Amino acid sequence: MRIELEKRANPSTLYSIVSPFLALALTVVAGGIMFALLGKDPGAALYSFFIEPLLDVWSLHEIAIKAAPLILIGAGLSVCYRSNNWNIGAEGQFIAGAIAGSIVPVVFHEWHSSLVLPLMLIFGMIGGALYAAIPAFLKAHMNTNEILTSLMLVYIAQLFLDWLVRGPWRSPDAYNFPVTRDFAPEAILPELISSGRANLGFALAIVAAVGLWIMMRYTLKGFEITVLGQSERAGRFAGFSSKRMIWFSMLLSGGLAGLAGIAEVSGTIGKLQPVISPGYGFTAIIVAFLGRLNPLGIIAAGLFLALTYVGGEAVQLTLSVSDKVTRVFQGLLLFFVLSCDTLIQYKIRLVFARLGQSNEGGAH
Amino acid sequence: MSAVGASEGSPLLAVRNLTKLFGSFAACNGIDLDIKSGEIHALLGENGAGKSTLVKMLFGVLAPTSGQILWKGEAVRIASPGAARRIGIGMVFQHFSLFEALTVAENIALSLSPGISLSKVAEEASRLSHLYGLPLDPNAHVADLSVGERQRIEIVRALLQNPELIILDEPTSVLTPQEADRLFETLAKLKSEGRSVLYISHRLEEVQRICDRATVLRHGKVTGACDPRKETPASLARMMVGSDVASVSAAGTNTKGDVLLEARHLTVPSRTPFAVALKNVCLKVRSGEVLAIAGVAGNGQGELFDALSGEYPVVDPTAVSIRGKAAGNLGITARRLMGAGFVPEERHGHAAVTTLPLSDNLVLARSQSDRKTFLAGGLLGIIRQAVVRIASKRISETMDVRKSGENPAAGSLSGGNLQKYIVGRELDRQPAVLIVNQPTWGVDAGAASRIRQALVDLAKSGSAVLVISQDLDEIFEVATEIAVISEGRLSDSYPAHDLTREKIGLLMGGMYGKTEGEVAHAH
Repeated sequence: MRIELEKRANPSTLYSIVSPFLALALTVVAGGIMFALLGKDPGAALYSFFIEPLLDVWSLHEIAIKAAPLILIGAGLSVCYRSNNWNIGAEGQFIAGAIAGSIVPVVFHEWHSSLVLPLMLIFGMIGGALYAAIPAFLKAHMNTNEILTSLMLVYIAQLFLDWLVRGPWRSPDAYNFPVTRDFAPEAILPELISSGRANLGFALAIVAAVGLWIMMRYTLKGFEITVLGQSERAGRFAGFSSKRMIWFSMLLSGGLAGLAGIAEVSGTIGKLQPVISPGYGFTAIIVAFLGRLNPLGIIAAGLFLALTYVGGEAVQLTLSVSDKVTRVFQGLLLFFVLSCDTLIQYKIRLVFARLGQSNEGGAH
Repeated sequence: MSAVGASEGSPLLAVRNLTKLFGSFAACNGIDLDIKSGEIHALLGENGAGKSTLVKMLFGVLAPTSGQILWKGEAVRIASPGAARRIGIGMVFQHFSLFEALTVAENIALSLSPGISLSKVAEEASRLSHLYGLPLDPNAHVADLSVGERQRIEIVRALLQNPELIILDEPTSVLTPQEADRLFETLAKLKSEGRSVLYISHRLEEVQRICDRATVLRHGKVTGACDPRKETPASLARMMVGSDVASVSAAGTNTKGDVLLEARHLTVPSRTPFAVALKNVCLKVRSGEVLAIAGVAGNGQGELFDALSGEYPVVDPTAVSIRGKAAGNLGITARRLMGAGFVPEERHGHAAVTTLPLSDNLVLARSQSDRKTFLAGGLLGIIRQAVVRIASKRISETMDVRKSGENPAAGSLSGGNLQKYIVGRELDRQPAVLIVNQPTWGVDAGAASRIRQALVDLAKSGSAVLVISQDLDEIFEVATEIAVISEGRLSDSYPAHDLTREKIGLLMGGMYGKTEGEVAHAH
């Protein structure tokens, strides 16, 4: 017996709209079962995971803080994925951006100017873009698989940051802790509103997502991205270059990941330390797909995934379950999103063929 | 390997009220069909008439929604191609499934049960191929073989199963006239052994020549069953299309205009190991001319189109000239801006993106040539959807594109209607030079005649038209000049009225020593 996926002749449009919500519902159900197996009351656990964080101003700010990098990175990745370039290394570009952006406040810490912050953001973007340029170059000119190269570069970035904060950039006043000196006040991304910690990074994320949405929907550039993603040959016929698109999409997504990195370091952490991301670059992949690779959808998806981070912390405190719960939820969500999409496009067919016994085994 | 005749009276294969639904769309609707032992039965129909769906059901690739298939009078359920082969049905597909890097014998062994030794397969294949007049070297690599030889592998592969019914899908579309003649001899031999052949074709002359009976499909229904020899091509076409097909009135302009498209010693190395290299191709197309390039599939037509369109530019600027200006090293956009238009062979994923609406597919070809009209906002390049849609509607109306809704996805159109749109998209801007690869490949007769007339009319209005085609009927309908491509070499061009099918057939086979001498002389 084998299982085959058979393409549906007319995939339901209703289901493809409902699909992300279906995936959410399934995630909640599976999460409830998981809590029950852990011996916790599923109702109470799900309440403190998904509802409680929404009722409190402090945790709403936390959601905005965590949503900002997810939306920034996810929106950039959506352009990449739409053009059929598979940048999996946003986590590394996030770190590269954070490092490049921190050059000004760490190395030139005695320079005080209102130019510091804008320079940091620009450096962050350039850092992320340059780091993404490595897999872009390898794909465009060496025909290398960008999934592998971009992913491997993540580990290099993580270890480089670790070395940097333990070595040359370690703060002289931090009692040998592996951190850089604290950023000066003019190097800190300002808060958005006075009621809490949420910073300008969230506004940057919304602007970037809306900007990319306009590009994808109304401009020739967006059209080029869609065409090359659907068919390289048709893109060539239209006079579009898939090589240039590799560069464009990788630099764009890398730049936005780098911006997210420096915004996170400047706005939330205030210095560099060995670990600056709870996996935003990878979670943003889930955000991109949950948002159906549509930048506006990605804003909603980013907020939801941010909720899973905050909710994960909440249940850790109230129910004393492991913080790995967050990862499990994110994993479940991606699994259900992709499965729902697959089952809308395809139906499962069980084939009870007697392979091997028939003498036509290898015929087709 | 002897064929077993079916019992007298009941047909070998009978199809009763066979229906296949895709959603609510009936691709085949209550089909009845009888195939007797020892007959060559033609299945005729336009594209989208349901021929391939019917054949796929007979060969177990698709399951019927309702209806019956009777094999020698008994109802059978054909669940897979393997099951079809077991009861005695063999099939040769239009697109071959061969591994180019393997030998003939290896390719054949792949479709047999694992236990048989390769040398035995080679021996049997070579015996069969000689028996049926299909000479094949079992140890040759497929990559080195011509398309006709590759087809023989598929036929031998089918014959090894000792089938009583062989289904051939458009077998001559890839053959030279001479190769087709040999295939017909093989079919006659199969018939004399009492085997049956189901022959799918849209070439009416062939069907009349070799088929005993014909079943005609239109819109998923049987519209006629006849003896093709008692019909005329026109009456057969009427059954297929449902109305009379307009005949194309040829170009026939006498005034020789300026050379608008020229290739000078165009040489292109092959991009992949299995692609064809272009060797010293020279051609000229003048204003008012239609130059048709004939040739068997896979002799460099695609490569020639790529080089002329600029999808893959060449190093030497003078190798290609458009309206007297060197363009060899320029890309497709620059060549469009010089006044050229292009229609590639493959509609899906090359000339059009199937998932995108028609209006987007208009932007695909004309975003730069009509930049001022279609785009706003300067460098931002905002697409003016409303303007594009109006232009798209105009093209659909001019070319009589039948579609569901105002602006459907390109993939939802039938092949013929999408092709009309793709050709119309270029004609709409009145290009000075139009280069078309296989303008009516897999297109129904009605749409094909419309497209050919449009090409002829464009030339009459003073443009230079280059048509690359495998269809000799088409070539004689539209061309003022004809050249033949073979193994990446292009023959001289001859006035269309000076050439016969036989001469073209010889040129297709690569026999043009005289021509090569002339080319060398011209250096």
